[in-house]
Amino acid sequence: MMRHLLSIEDLDRAGIERILDRAKSFTEVSEREVKKVPALRGRRVLNLFYEASTRTRSSFELAAKTLSAEVINFVSSGSSVEKGESLKDTVQTLSAYGPDLIVVRTPYVGAAELVARWSPAAVVNAGDGKHEHPTQALLDVYTLRERLGSIDGASIWIVGDVLHSRVARSNIQAFTTLGARVTVCGPPTLIPRGMEALGCEVAYTLDRLPEADVVYALRMQKERMTESFVPSLREYAARYQIDGRRLGARQVLMHPGPVNRGVELAAEVIDSPQAVIGQQVAAGVVVRMAVLYELLVGRTAPDRTPSLPTPQPA
Amino acid sequence: MNAPRATTAPRGAEPLVHRAQPPADVLVRGAHVLDPRAGIDAPLDVLVRGGVIAELGAPDTLDAPAGAEVLDGRGKHLLPGFVDPHVHFRVPGQEHKEDLDSGTRAAAAGGYVAVVAMPNTNPTVDDATVLGSLREAARREARIPVGFMASVTRRLAGEALTEMAELRDEGALGFTDDGKPVHRAAILRRALQYQRLCGGVLALHEEDPSLSGAGVMHEGEVSARLGLAGIPSISESTMIARDAAIAGYEAGRIHIQHLSAVESVEAVAVAKARGVAITAEVSPHHLTLTCDALRDNLDTRLKMNPPLRSEHDRQALIAALRDGTVDCIATDHAPHAREEKEVPFEEAPMGTTGLETAFAALHTELVLPGVLPLALVVEKLSAGAALVGLPLPAVAVGRPADLCLIDLAATWEVGEAGYESRAENCCFAGRTLQGRVLATLAAGAVVYRERAFAVSAA
Repeated sequence: MMRHLLSIEDLDRAGIERILDRAKSFTEVSEREVKKVPALRGRRVLNLFYEASTRTRSSFELAAKTLSAEVINFVSSGSSVEKGESLKDTVQTLSAYGPDLIVVRTPYVGAAELVARWSPAAVVNAGDGKHEHPTQALLDVYTLRERLGSIDGASIWIVGDVLHSRVARSNIQAFTTLGARVTVCGPPTLIPRGMEALGCEVAYTLDRLPEADVVYALRMQKERMTESFVPSLREYAARYQIDGRRLGARQVLMHPGPVNRGVELAAEVIDSPQAVIGQQVAAGVVVRMAVLYELLVGRTAPDRTPSLPTPQPA
Repeated sequence: MNAPRATTAPRGAEPLVHRAQPPADVLVRGAHVLDPRAGIDAPLDVLVRGGVIAELGAPDTLDAPAGAEVLDGRGKHLLPGFVDPHVHFRVPGQEHKEDLDSGTRAAAAGGYVAVVAMPNTNPTVDDATVLGSLREAARREARIPVGFMASVTRRLAGEALTEMAELRDEGALGFTDDGKPVHRAAILRRALQYQRLCGGVLALHEEDPSLSGAGVMHEGEVSARLGLAGIPSISESTMIARDAAIAGYEAGRIHIQHLSAVESVEAVAVAKARGVAITAEVSPHHLTLTCDALRDNLDTRLKMNPPLRSEHDRQALIAALRDGTVDCIATDHAPHAREEKEVPFEEAPMGTTGLETAFAALHTELVLPGVLPLALVVEKLSAGAALVGLPLPAVAVGRPADLCLIDLAATWEVGEAGYESRAENCCFAGRTLQGRVLATLAAGAVVYRERAFAVSAA
């Protein structure tokens, strides 16, 4: 049984599908008048965030609260981290509160694994540097399954700043595990050398974009321009922006947010029927509920979709 | 163009210093003596009297004089002790990582009889008073002879040359900004011009910081997978090519530290073929490990600069050692405190310790599988001495006893019994290695003896 979710590699195809199925069963809760079930009542979930995050942190918090867990939020600003406490000491101190599960985001590759080593709690990696963001990958495959039914054999293009993207790394693995073919595309300065080792194709132009079933655009940060990764955002947009001209009518458009309007995406496609960006955000809550359930209940209970108790005010 | 200058020992002071210890009277009985440079490869009795090798004889033919210790060498190997031209002892300023006592203890435990300490300390060894007090401390604390390099530029800032001539008079073996490159070509050129006046090898850490940037590991498939910023091989090789060109133009003598990449091997080979006075070293970890180890375990003990590279690079380094493109093995022993390494990978300082494991790692990973002959490894583990103007240890009558006795069959788990070094950031930690140093004699004194190794009085 899975103890932590540190990397999307921790999950095989069956494991991913089990979580997606469970997430699907949780959508019903969000449609109730009282959006709460007692599945994780009495469990403590610690959100340990060393990096700014709006949607990831709030969706983890909402997921935990919907399942009736107690939630403690620890963010690095204003904490002992600024007084120079090491990650190890912080984790060991917070572990004294007895969390059953720690959701951790840090700017450091491999830090979630260190937290798992230093704490007895189950650990969910909510982003470790430019390495992985496994729950983002799960919510993305969930969203795609909802839209396409299956992604087996689908062609998925991930376009943009692959070099600085943990989303790209986790998603390539999740998409290929579920049978999709992945192409990463961007300027050569923003595609790491050796990227093919992850099992994807590399393209430097959008010439073959029409063959894609799914176009997944990545956020293009303005800092990249000053670091000479691209000469200008104008030139980047001219070559790599997904706009109404480039996006086909039958293609699905995704983006992990937040979007830079007019840079990686033109306004007309953000609001187009092809875009599932809003659905991705919504999926974040149910998928994270399923992950919390998998780690906290799934490992002690028989492995099947839970029959949800009747709603009750909590 | 001037003829390349030979590297000579410093003029004003003895090149190596250590704490004086009673000279040994030891008979090593029946060990297999292997000294490739002297052409010895046979079981012998070796008698050391007053710290000097007094007699070599067929096994069981020499008598131990009264009061001499007898080391049972049967089934063991007796080698010329190792010399490491590249260690970090962290004194002055960072004694919590290592000091002269713990560092030289680690060296002795690894079979080393002399080491050369780098100047990237706090303060930097960049003027004669710092060097003088450091050598004074070594006379009190060092268990084996230690030589010191001074920095090329003040505070390693890469801007202004140190007082190289005065530093040489005070005993500097040579000059290096190790840990950093001499980034500005004009400064390196001035240092090479000044070398004409004062001698002393210029040892170079080759890295173009505009290419290595914020990199933390070798740039390649593993860094792409992990999302870690890479250090490309060309950040090293392009600087070697540049500096070899400058050294050739100025007829200067340079030594390239810790070669790590196939492109670097090629750059050194090209420079040697053109007659540049260039030598190079390689570390045991670059010869035995690759960055693939990081894929499954992001262990900060495997973070060093230059980084572990690919299998292709490793094979090129082995071939270079075999064909002479690389001249010697150096550990780049770089101790760090536990709390400094117990942090996320990207935050951890670069460096691994290496003195206690160098021989065993090379023996286990390269000699036992038949990749390199034992004699070559033994020769290269002390060859660094000549590159900084020090005498090469030899098993020869009349020479000081610089010897190590090794059990090639003994296996041990690295770190299981702790370390002699103050630091435990060893990249081989947890590995089972074969080949154990039983005793070391340096500058005529017994400086290390494995606890379990029996010694009997005659």
